[in-house]
Amino acid sequence: MVFLTRKIEFAASHVYHNPTLSPSENKRIFGKCNNPHGHGHNYTLEVTVAGEPDPVTGMVLDLKDLKEILEREIMQRMDHRHLNLEVPELKGQIPTCENIARVIWNLLDPRITQGKLHRVRVYENSDLFADCYRNGAGARV
Amino acid sequence: MTSETLHVELGRRYHFSASHRLHNPDLSERENFRIYGKCNNPFGHGHNYTVEVRLSGSIDPATGMISNLTDLDSFVNEYVIEPFDHRSLNEEVPEFQKTVPTTEILCIEIFRRLKAFPHAKLEAVRVQETTNNSFEYAGN
Repeated sequence: MVFLTRKIEFAASHVYHNPTLSPSENKRIFGKCNNPHGHGHNYTLEVTVAGEPDPVTGMVLDLKDLKEILEREIMQRMDHRHLNLEVPELKGQIPTCENIARVIWNLLDPRITQGKLHRVRVYENSDLFADCYRNGAGARV
Repeated sequence: MTSETLHVELGRRYHFSASHRLHNPDLSERENFRIYGKCNNPFGHGHNYTVEVRLSGSIDPATGMISNLTDLDSFVNEYVIEPFDHRSLNEEVPEFQKTVPTTEILCIEIFRRLKAFPHAKLEAVRVQETTNNSFEYAGN
């Protein structure tokens, strides 16, 4: 089994706010991230696909295909967007790294037909990230 | 895919600087030098360490989080950063008075300290000693 990873970057704004909580609870839980005007990050997304290299092409999957999937599913949806307001898949959810990783997993998993999606890692900055795996996937590569 | 079929981990990186000396008092001076080389320098040396902590758990729908970062940061600060940052690991961390503070052992010790974090399950600790060397421990 070989694990192939492709990295892309996108920039987006967001705000952490749960309308069912009081303003003071929102402030306590989310701190600066609760600023109603929002704020933004340069996100880094790493997508890892697991598979055996095709005997003819030597590829787990064609990187051109993966690039196109990432452009269509992620860049067009999230790059230079407001995650709360413009990404329907995140509607009603706090756009944390955990939730963004989960949404990205659900967008990519059905599109990756060569090899198998193994890990989605979303960095909000170099010190904070979330990983999403299929349950029971074993190796934490 | 439903969230139950997915496994999500939160990763957070912390930084501290510390000195250490790799020396095993049970071995001769020559053996120590042969094994540890420059790292056996009696005056010690230091690194800028990066500690990566990975946690799993369910994502709280109210907050979107596996663990609130304020809770995690204060726990890691109390048990790892404060006791290790700008210290001599050999002289000032009791656990390293009897063991050699290689980054392997340091990684295991950090895992042991963070395992008690009450709000999520500790999956793994990775310690980067330099940009070229890193060590990971998942408790087994």
